[in-house]
Parts: sequence; structure tokens; C-alpha cells
Amino acid sequence: MLKNEDSKPNHWLTAALLMPTTMWFMFMLILPLIVILIFSFGERAAVGGYAASFTFEQYANLPSRLKAFQNTMIFATIGTLLSLFMAYPLAYYLALRVDRRYKFILLVLVIVPFWTSLLIRTYAWIFILGGRGIPLMLEWIGIEGVRLVNTPGAVLIGIVYGYLPLMVFPIFVSLEKIDKNLLEASNDLGGTPFKTFMQITLPLSMLGVATGCMLVFILLMGEFLIPAFLGGGKVFFIGNALVDLFLQSRNWPFGSAVSVTLVVIMLITVSLYMRLTMRTKTGRDESLM
Amino acid sequence: MRLYSIAIYLFLYVPIFIIVLFSFNAGRHASELRGLSLQWYGKALANPFVVDAFVTSLVVALTVAILSTLMGTAAALALQRLKGTLRILFDGMIYISIMIPGIVIGIATLVALVTVFNFLNPLLASVWPEGVKPLKLNMGYATVIAAHTLFTMSLVIILVRARISGMDRTLIEASTDLYATPWRTFYQITLPQIFPAILSGFLLSFTFSFDDFIISFFVAGANTTLPVYIFSSIRRGITPEVNAIGTMVLAVSLILLMAAQYLLHARTNR
Repeated sequence: MLKNEDSKPNHWLTAALLMPTTMWFMFMLILPLIVILIFSFGERAAVGGYAASFTFEQYANLPSRLKAFQNTMIFATIGTLLSLFMAYPLAYYLALRVDRRYKFILLVLVIVPFWTSLLIRTYAWIFILGGRGIPLMLEWIGIEGVRLVNTPGAVLIGIVYGYLPLMVFPIFVSLEKIDKNLLEASNDLGGTPFKTFMQITLPLSMLGVATGCMLVFILLMGEFLIPAFLGGGKVFFIGNALVDLFLQSRNWPFGSAVSVTLVVIMLITVSLYMRLTMRTKTGRDESLM
Repeated sequence: MRLYSIAIYLFLYVPIFIIVLFSFNAGRHASELRGLSLQWYGKALANPFVVDAFVTSLVVALTVAILSTLMGTAAALALQRLKGTLRILFDGMIYISIMIPGIVIGIATLVALVTVFNFLNPLLASVWPEGVKPLKLNMGYATVIAAHTLFTMSLVIILVRARISGMDRTLIEASTDLYATPWRTFYQITLPQIFPAILSGFLLSFTFSFDDFIISFFVAGANTTLPVYIFSSIRRGITPEVNAIGTMVLAVSLILLMAAQYLLHARTNR
């Protein structure tokens, strides 16, 4: 029920304003997720697609894609940590060290790449790491036969390149909010810069760190492009398995079971994050943008 | 620390710069720079597949941006008055649509819509008047637009809502005290204040839709969008033409993004 002190006609206005969004959530989010859930208990039809049934066969078959799940979890974890360690000093610099006049433009310059085409940004690395990029330059200085593209390292570079901006922003927001008087007080009381950082700055920026890690980790779990372009079939994620299952082998029920498992892992990640950040609800909206 | 930051900025921008530089390559091979020319832009723009995909992307992105701005703003305004379980439910939906990876939305939408369409199409055909070609539901423009809008309308809701909560309440109270109608208060007080957020929501929605690959890959059907076209041509091999198309895509999104970010942060950060 709608609870507000306004008069009755306003209920109708509220409902009307929310109607289109509600329809979208129902038909484009809830319905598709329910269909996937139902299909995951079905069987593959002879021609591909779905045949109605109720079986746990698809879930029992999940271990056949174990490698993809392992790869995804390992690369998502390492990728998240790498992004964190690279992003934190930059966020710190932007929030606490840089002159106010340049802060805005410098921050925008970090955020903008995230919103530009990941496809083209990842493609740039095929170009750079490929045979005529860095390996050619290494040949000039006498190092031959270096192969960079289609290696785990290339995938990690692609991941950090793609998701670093998303990590910087939430950390920046939480660092920016720290009361500067606290830092001064610590200084005045004889705290070394290191001690001030460990006891004040770092604990107060943990919300940003948690938000950044959660966002990057979840998006990496569903990544397809980066391993497809830079992993060359050697490093494949769940996303690559899904594209194969739905578009090539047309095994919809098994693909659905894999998707459901992926969504469940992501929900667990989010609920862990929610529990961690329960008390500091207000910061979340800003940190997401 | 300053040097470190410069290194990160170089890391972020050098690859983009390289793509742009090589798009002006006069040579025939993608990775040997032999003088500068615009020939690959000419080639790309003369390619009917590229032009078709570009037009499709433009139509989709524009529709997505308009739809999500209208729906998202309406919802953000209404959500202020919503409390209790419904509010929590709505917030949950918003966060899920933002955070769920594109690949899951793409697959789930594809499977659900194909199933629904397979069910509806014979039904439509049976009730259709004799002699007229029956309406056939298919994956295409409408499905990509609908799938993109799920993400972008939630984005607009979050942006506009943040602006509303930072708004000066006393102005609205003053307006009401001076006997302005609710509509007039909205039009003259609320709207001008939340307008930067609405506009930046529009620009971000457009950019998201224009750049999206993975959702379109699954649900666009025969209506290839530009990123899907680029993906398949990269699969076939790296050509300077891809660099030229990529540079054009980057240019469109960079310009819109700068504008969006300016609108979002200019007033609060200065």
C-alpha cells in the first residue's frame, strides 16, 4: 500500500508514474529470469531449444563446465584485486592531493573511458599486443618470438584496462567525504603519515573499496568480450560458454542452468556486500555512479 | 604519486589514441603507419553494411534515450512518495537491473521472447483477418530497445533521484504557500532544478545503447547494430577500416559523455 499524507488522487498519480517502469521490470527482467529458471529444469529438444520436462539433469551436468567457472572466478578475483591496487593510489591522489581546480576534469577523464565502447577499447589491445604491436618493437631491440595476445596476461591487462575506471570512482567518493579535520588532528597528535593512513583514511574509505570491488567482480563474472578477444580460446569464461551454448550448440536448458548458477553466485556476492555496508546506506547511490 | 597518476592516465588513453592514429593510416595494412589520409573513412562510409548498422544503432539509441528519460524521470518523481515494502521492492529491481551483467539479460531476454513469440505468432495468425499478411513478432528493433531500456531507465531513476534529494525543499514549500498549483510548482521549480540530471541521463542512456555489444548480440535479430558489425569484422581480421569505424564510435560517445559529466558534476564540484 502507498503510505503518504497526500490526498487520495495522488495515489493514482504515483501509480500512473510508476506504471511504465513496473511493466518493464515485469516483462524485461522478472519474466526472462523466470523463463530461464523454468528452462533450466527442462530437456534439450532434438532440434535444439527446449523440451518441457522436470529434471535436475542440467544441474548434474554443470561439472562439465567446471573449467569455465574456475577460470571466471580466478580471473575475476585477480582482476578485481589488481584494479583495486592500481585504482586506490589514483583515487587517493584525486581526492586528497590534487588542486581543487583540476579535480573535476581529472575525475571526468577517468570515468569517461568506462562509458565508451568496451568493444573498441578491448580491440585496441589486440592491436597493441598482436604480432605487429609490442612484439615487433621487442624484435627491434633483439628480443624475438614473444607472444602476448591469447595469453592469461593479455586477458588480465584487458580486464584492468576495462574496469579500472569503475573502481576509481567509488573509492574517490568515499575518500572525498572524509572530514579533513580528522587527518589534521592525527597529524597534530604526532601520527606519522603511514599511521594516519592506516588508522583513519583506509578504514573510512572501506565503503568505497567494497562498492568498487563488488561492481567490478560482478561485471567480470559475466564478461565475454575480453576473453574472446585476448584469450584466444585458451582462457574462456562462463560468458564464452554461454554464447557457445545458446548460439552455437543451441542447448537452451543446459545454458539456462549455467545462467541460473551464474546469477546465484552474483546474488551471493551482492548480499555479502549489502551485509557489509548495511549501516551506510546513503553512500551507495552516489558510489554507483 | 603524481607520476603514478600520469602513468595511469597514459595507460587509459594511449590505446585509444593508437586506434585513432591508425585510422588515418594511408597504408593498406592495419598496423604499418605510412602517412596520413582519410581514405579508410571514405571506405567505411561507402560500405552499405556499415551505414545500415550505423543508422540502426542511431535509431535504437535515440529511442532508448527518449523512453528511459521519460519513464525514469516519472518513476524517480513518484518514488519519493513511495514507502514501505513497495519502495524496497522497487529499489531492489532498480539495483538488479543496473548490476546484472549484460550477457544474462541478453540471454534471458532472447530465450523468453523467442518462447513468447513462438506461442503468440500462431495465435495472431489465427485471429488475423483473411487475406492480410499476419503480423509476425520477431527479434529486431523493438527487442533491442526494450532490453537496453531496462538498464538505462534504472540509471535515469538513480541520477534524477540523487538530484531530487539534493534539492532545496524550501522553494517548493514557498511555491505552495503562494498558491501555485502542483503542476505549476513542478514546471517552474522542480523541473528546472532536476533538468541537468535528466539531460545527463538522456546522454548516458544514448551512449550506453550506442556502445552496447553483448545485449544487441543476442536480441537484435536481423537488425545488426554497429558494435555487432564491428565485432564480426574484427573476427574476420583487423583492417584499417575497423579503426576508422571505431574512431567514429569513440568520437560520438566521447562528446556526449563529456557533456553528461559536465552536467552531472559541474555545479556540485565547483
